[in-house]
Amino acid sequence: MLRTRSVTLIAGVAAAALALTACGGGSSSTSNSGSTTSESPTSATSTPSGTVPMSTGGGSSSSDMSGMSGMSGSSMPGGSSGGSGASSGSGQTSAEQFPKLTGDPGTVKLGMAYDGPKGDQSFTDSAARGVANATGQGVQLVAELAATVGEPDQKKVDRLSQLVDQGANTVIAVGFDYATAMGTVAEANPDVHFAIVDDASLTDPSRQGGPLKNVAGLTFAAEQSSFLVGVAAALKSTKGHVGFIGGVNVPLIQSFQAGFDAGAKAANSGIKIDDKYITQPPDFSGFNAPDKGQTIAQGMYNGGADIIYSAAGGSGTGVFKAAKAANAKAIGVDSDQYNLPTLADVKDVILTSAVKNVDVAVYAMIQSVAAGKPLTGTQVYDLKNGGVGYATSGGFVSDIQSKLDDYKAKIISGEIKVPSTLG
Amino acid sequence: MKALSGRRVLLGAAGPVGALIFSAIVSAIILVLTRHNPFEAFGAMGQAFSRPRVLVGTVNQVSSYYLAAVAVAIGFKMNLLNIGVDGQYRLAAMLSAALAGASFMQGIPSVVRILMTIVAAMLIGAAWAGIAVWLKISRGVSEVISTIMLNAIATAVIAYLLSPGRLAVQQGNNLGTRPITDGGMVPTIPIPKSITPLYTLLLLALLVGVLYAFLLSRTVFGFKIKATGLNPAAAVASGISVKRMAVAGMLLSGAVAGLVGMPELLNGPSHQYSINFPSGFAFTGIAIALLGRNHPVGMAFAALLWSALDSSANALQGVGVPNQLVVIMQGTIVLSVVVAYEIVRRYRVVLEQRDVARALAQSRKEPVAA
Repeated sequence: MLRTRSVTLIAGVAAAALALTACGGGSSSTSNSGSTTSESPTSATSTPSGTVPMSTGGGSSSSDMSGMSGMSGSSMPGGSSGGSGASSGSGQTSAEQFPKLTGDPGTVKLGMAYDGPKGDQSFTDSAARGVANATGQGVQLVAELAATVGEPDQKKVDRLSQLVDQGANTVIAVGFDYATAMGTVAEANPDVHFAIVDDASLTDPSRQGGPLKNVAGLTFAAEQSSFLVGVAAALKSTKGHVGFIGGVNVPLIQSFQAGFDAGAKAANSGIKIDDKYITQPPDFSGFNAPDKGQTIAQGMYNGGADIIYSAAGGSGTGVFKAAKAANAKAIGVDSDQYNLPTLADVKDVILTSAVKNVDVAVYAMIQSVAAGKPLTGTQVYDLKNGGVGYATSGGFVSDIQSKLDDYKAKIISGEIKVPSTLG
Repeated sequence: MKALSGRRVLLGAAGPVGALIFSAIVSAIILVLTRHNPFEAFGAMGQAFSRPRVLVGTVNQVSSYYLAAVAVAIGFKMNLLNIGVDGQYRLAAMLSAALAGASFMQGIPSVVRILMTIVAAMLIGAAWAGIAVWLKISRGVSEVISTIMLNAIATAVIAYLLSPGRLAVQQGNNLGTRPITDGGMVPTIPIPKSITPLYTLLLLALLVGVLYAFLLSRTVFGFKIKATGLNPAAAVASGISVKRMAVAGMLLSGAVAGLVGMPELLNGPSHQYSINFPSGFAFTGIAIALLGRNHPVGMAFAALLWSALDSSANALQGVGVPNQLVVIMQGTIVLSVVVAYEIVRRYRVVLEQRDVARALAQSRKEPVAA
């Protein structure tokens, strides 16, 4: 038998470990909040019908018009790209971005599975914003369930199955870590429409056993928007020295780095780039560790970098603080972070943000089911259809905007191929 | 001492049951404070188990938790705190997954493949624990510190090896070892009305539990382990080499830790070690060993309780209660069980003193016939 003292010690260790586990971030993607791409003129003038989503900012500096018209039906999102595309995210999450649901919204019974709790001001909240827009128009939300940190796949299988049990006919999983579980559950429930954010493996034609017919893979070409902010960083850096901080060293975030590095080098071949990740898997806390983000950013600024791109979700707050202290600049991610109210005191350092519209993708899935033509296959949200972009709020990049739009046009036309993997 | 009297069982159960009730009360208070209906919440938790899928999931999870608890308990028995089970099981799972998925394994008969995978995992777990115990006996480094450090090192090693071109292949946004083909997997038992099959490696956990019980209560080695843990000085005096016991105990603990990832790897749906491989089993194992008081049967019940709480998290969210409530309950159980055990221990001492006093009074009244 153990003596009491050792038992107490062990209990302390166990309790501390539990607390750490409970606090660890579960989000497996970068943040996305309060972002928007401007819509085509027609939809911009259409009457906003649904509820206005939890607005994350007031400033609106929407610039160009986009050809993001292909929001409905089973067509590829934004198949037609008219103008120069939406480059800026205005902080205002307006109803323009969420065209009124067509068909019968009441037939959609939605089940949501997140990979972390809501309230992260980022990835999960962005998806939830898309949901909030839909529920305001009569879509029934069956349940919203979140994952716990480090859980095995069978818990995810149970979660998705429970949503189906509770009557959901549309199940959206937010996070690539649902891929294995969704494969199992989607096969068992052929009548239910599934969608998964940040994964294309289930809808890959070369998938073992064939792509799943009732799954839509909602993926984002984040390397493209990262390329553009890389160009912006290189052009704006006075020291010819920039930095990249990733939340967790996973392939998804490596694609942000690949794009950023390529963009910075394209604009200035002699540029020096520091690349760092906050944590290594399975420790996913790097998306929610502002203190660590701040320390790493301080180190980079002290080492001579003057602009840092933070692809680290909630940890970005720390990077912005470090930038403010060092009197330098930083680049936000996923949402137009200049316009986030929670970041108001550091917004002056946010040069631009690489925007990733998870809310739009989630809404498009719901829309497609309401219209009776559920999305299937891999849906790519990229620069061309306005699914990703860069923010112009704050006006810090207005002097180089023509150059940025030049690169953007080249990426859209295919003249520049942005790498999505490192090495 | 070994006889199972009613009072012993009752006192033994009083601690965990009391802790469970206490944690339920604390959770209920938190639910009321956050404006949820506790009855609805507990009802939803209970109702979850009417679904075969949840029951199967609960049982499946027990094997990993139990193995982790045994790994920790072996150390605890000798007053060695193996906090490194976490790194040991992840490194073991990753490397053995890479071995099991390697292409040269395809031609080998299934049974041999599986045995190779499991043995490799045990060896790797033991080797990683071996570093800590080597530091302890050669340099006097506390195993608590070294194992915690080795957890971080294991994370870095895994991150290095788990990249394309080394041991990993990328599928979508996931990064994992080459998937194990069917021949390398242990078959599972399909359960009607349950999408999740029953993991057969539960038997492995059972086997380890039986061996653990046998080792401790029926072998000289087990006696030495307990003796070393209870009083190292006395153990040395009676001719037990404490260093040798520390090495043996730690290697054994590491070998069992290596098995922790096996049910998930060889029975689970993903067929690989990936960046989504479950983490944190080891810390759960510490809590379960504590709750089960290192007893082979006690830990089985503790693992079952823990797993059941975990499984009810989804159902809880179904009625709008955040799943963190489960973590709160688990945390409260761990903390209150320590208090409960101490209260029970003191009460038992009081009872024993009373017994002795009564026996003495008795013997004084009726002096032994001379």
